[in-house]
Amino acid sequence: MQYMIMFNEDQTHFDMRNDPVQAPGYWGAWNAYIGAMAHAGVIVNGDGLHGPHTAVTVRMRDGHRQVQDGPFADTKEQLGGYFVIEVADLDAALEWAARSPSASYGSVEVRPVLPPPSGGAA
Amino acid sequence: MEDARGAVEAAARASYGRLVAYLSVRSRDVAIAEDALSEAFAAALRTWPRSGVPDRPEAWLLTTARRILGHGERSRRVQQGAAPMIELAYEEAMARAAPEFPDERLKLMFVCSHSEIEPASRTPLMLQTVLGLDAARIAAAFLTSPSAMSQRLVRAKARIREAGLAFKTPGADVLAERCGDVLSAIYAAYGTGWDAIAGGDEGARGLAAEALYLARLTAGLMPDQPEAKGLLALILYCEARQTARRNERSAFVPLAEQDARLWSRDLIIEAEGLLVTASRAGAFGRFQTEAAIQSVHVQRAITGVVNTRALMQLYDYLASAHPSLGALVSRAVVYADSAGPEVALSMLENLPSQRIACYQPYWVARSHLLRKLGRVQEARSALVMAIGLTEDPAVRAFLIERQP
Repeated sequence: MQYMIMFNEDQTHFDMRNDPVQAPGYWGAWNAYIGAMAHAGVIVNGDGLHGPHTAVTVRMRDGHRQVQDGPFADTKEQLGGYFVIEVADLDAALEWAARSPSASYGSVEVRPVLPPPSGGAA
Repeated sequence: MEDARGAVEAAARASYGRLVAYLSVRSRDVAIAEDALSEAFAAALRTWPRSGVPDRPEAWLLTTARRILGHGERSRRVQQGAAPMIELAYEEAMARAAPEFPDERLKLMFVCSHSEIEPASRTPLMLQTVLGLDAARIAAAFLTSPSAMSQRLVRAKARIREAGLAFKTPGADVLAERCGDVLSAIYAAYGTGWDAIAGGDEGARGLAAEALYLARLTAGLMPDQPEAKGLLALILYCEARQTARRNERSAFVPLAEQDARLWSRDLIIEAEGLLVTASRAGAFGRFQTEAAIQSVHVQRAITGVVNTRALMQLYDYLASAHPSLGALVSRAVVYADSAGPEVALSMLENLPSQRIACYQPYWVARSHLLRKLGRVQEARSALVMAIGLTEDPAVRAFLIERQP
């Protein structure tokens, strides 16, 4: 089964990424976590993302483009990265989610990936 | 009004498990017993504020729940005549006359940990039926989704009904073995943490208070089973070190570096007493062994040193009789002191690679031994692996700081 695990962080933790004192600990934890997933062979794909201030959101309304700086919803925690992993079941996916650094300071959302549509040419 | 609500809550806290057990033994159906009891609690919340709190709240709840149960029974067995009703009326009269209703929780625990119930469901089932924990709380402790946990519990209760599991204390011939199933289920509630390697500081992740309660209950209900005392002692030793596991900055402190003066003397004395009493029975087992390992560690508070020879013997016993992954990894680390890191590392490397791949204590131990051997680069990669597999943020921070 494939699951997407999505890591949400607040601004304090996005700021740590470039803080000279806090960056080594921040990246040390993430690199170790991603390394462990890679070693276990569960990663299908995934990446970290730049902070929400770099986001641009696009909508089409009544034939007009609406383009706006910033993420689609202004919440305290924002998506900081994601991985799609291949594991036996939801419990195994939750176990990986719980090990992520953001599980202890932010949150991690786990969702099953829809299988590709079967039959018929795309 | 508030008094009545408080009385209902007090009754639920004090007697939930006993009431469920009593009703389950009679209905042979845990789900039905739980439903009847929750209806009885709802009735209490409706009527006690008006009519006042009864003299014996538990007896009131029991009688009401039994009426509800009986009502369900009657609608199912209309054709069977008046017998069930007479039986019910008789038992109600008896319940009124008797000052106390019998404690059937042990029978309930034997059913919850029966081999007919899938292993992963046994502990959750016990936590729910004996302690009244809700599925969401149990799910969090076992890191599974609340809806999946609810389904698992429903399935387990259906299994009890379908398999017609008997609510009784097993006979003397199988009692020790079946007792082991009950104790294992309780131990699982205590949680499994990485620091099992440093001597079992598992409490933080599991349901420590609940497990301690169940262990006390079991040791009390089975005074002749030394392993029940062994489990209680084991949990008490681990709990005794609870405050020493974090320093004043909430940072993680490993067992070897803990300030022994912070360990709870009272809990240790209680644990030592239990272990001595248990050993007199002359039936050594897994939990007495694990408790004895803890005992060796706490001796450091008095002697200032850890008796490695004793630890080796105890781990040898576990490795042959109850070879859990945690015990095998800890054994290798203990052997490093006398047999050398090379031997210890080869013990680790003999463990099945499938099982250790995501087992954090293995990587901590491996890194530790490789560093002793001067294999710095490999030690570093193993430590990074351990960091990546760590769930506890305090432990993660501790390991990151220890990076060479």
